[in-house]
Amino acid sequence: MATHGPHADRPGVYLDAASSEPLLPAARTALLGALDGAWADPARLYGAARGSRLALDRARADVAGVLGTRPDEIVFTTSGTQAVHLGMLGALGGRRRVGRHLVVSAVEHSSVLHTAERHEADGGEVTVVGVDRAGRVDADAFASALRPDTALACLQSANHEVGTVQPVAEVAAACRAAGVPLLVDAAQSAGRVDVPAGWSLLTASAHKWGGPPGVGVLAVRKGTRWRSPLPDDEREARRVPGFENVPGAVAAAAALTALHAARATEGPRLSALVERIRTEVARTIEDVEVVGDPVARLPHLVTFSCLYVAGEALLTELDRLGFAVSSGSSCTADTLRPSHVLEAMGVLTHGNVRVSLPHGTTAGDVDRFLAVLPATVTRLRRSAGVGGV
Amino acid sequence: MRFRGRTRREAAEPLPAPVPEAPAGPPPALVIDALGRKCPIPIIMLAERIREVPVGAIIAVLADDVAARTDVPAWCRMKSQDFVWEETLPRGWGFHIRRTY
Repeated sequence: MATHGPHADRPGVYLDAASSEPLLPAARTALLGALDGAWADPARLYGAARGSRLALDRARADVAGVLGTRPDEIVFTTSGTQAVHLGMLGALGGRRRVGRHLVVSAVEHSSVLHTAERHEADGGEVTVVGVDRAGRVDADAFASALRPDTALACLQSANHEVGTVQPVAEVAAACRAAGVPLLVDAAQSAGRVDVPAGWSLLTASAHKWGGPPGVGVLAVRKGTRWRSPLPDDEREARRVPGFENVPGAVAAAAALTALHAARATEGPRLSALVERIRTEVARTIEDVEVVGDPVARLPHLVTFSCLYVAGEALLTELDRLGFAVSSGSSCTADTLRPSHVLEAMGVLTHGNVRVSLPHGTTAGDVDRFLAVLPATVTRLRRSAGVGGV
Repeated sequence: MRFRGRTRREAAEPLPAPVPEAPAGPPPALVIDALGRKCPIPIIMLAERIREVPVGAIIAVLADDVAARTDVPAWCRMKSQDFVWEETLPRGWGFHIRRTY
């Protein structure tokens, strides 16, 4: 079995970049250098501290360059989830006098939806905008959910489970016309696809673009009202409490720069591999549905559902064969809930497989996966007693 | 809000009852009891037994796994069967499907 790059800790093919992209070599080099050279407190005034401050500011400028923002609009958080929490709660707090109405799409990441639940429990009001069968929000429906008392709207750049790209530009225009700030969760697309301009707040997560875990990014456009939901702290423009993870930020910036620089060639290449999976899965497996938009999608992610198969059983079996993939299915004792994304789309919630290709995935990796998949599905269907249905 | 995540609140809250549509046509010719069974078992039971009713007849699946509310209509769409209506039961739901072929 092929090893995926120099990073895999065991033989096998890793196809779950949407959960976490393996650390890019440029990020590893930058991380090791910064652990040695940028450990000092960036808030102090001696030489080593100034070195840390410089490294942090350079990382900030690099990230800002890729995301198309000003460096002073960017802060580093401890995760993408924290970026979402702080971005949403800060924007809601900053516009409390305008109103307490929040608009989100039905297929946002759970960090957005859980923050919305909290807002609702605190007396706020939430409107959830549904999606079509491809998982896409209707821009007009989103626009008509905006009200004079809407404090914030949230729309992901692309869906994390099915890869569908959302109409951010149209929604951003509607939000601007209504005077409502728009938070765009760009966790799945940062470094891979440019987010259209017009957002007020943007969030992302470094381990999803090949950076280290424990680093998120929150960008707040100048002029966007934002009030910290947390006690005052001097760090990161008073937006994120706690000592800065300077090596993490440096490595995150190196990874984002590298991924972004390679995307002109890597994007179309991965996209073609995804297209191959879309076609082959539908051709070689009976009773399968490839979900998500076939065209307006992320370059590296594809999801399909196999009838009559439990997703967990399929993932376990594929893991045994050396393939790491993910699933939106969650018919397990610990969650008891189907994926809210698949539910909102009205597609099968069981037998679901998400394949997301990390940087450098080869055609051979994909071919090996496609070679074992049909027989695996058939075997599981047989063992579940499904024959000829 | 329609998102129902892993919150403690959710466990205590019953799901919003859908407005029951008037059952179109005759009562089910066959009722499959999949109560207590996790997905995809209710779908498998449905697929295995739908041929027991004549074309045009109604088959009902009783299930209390919430995934069935999405999966039964999705199965009908994929297999070109006719999803008629969803009935809320004291425990779970009754999904009514008309066999089309």
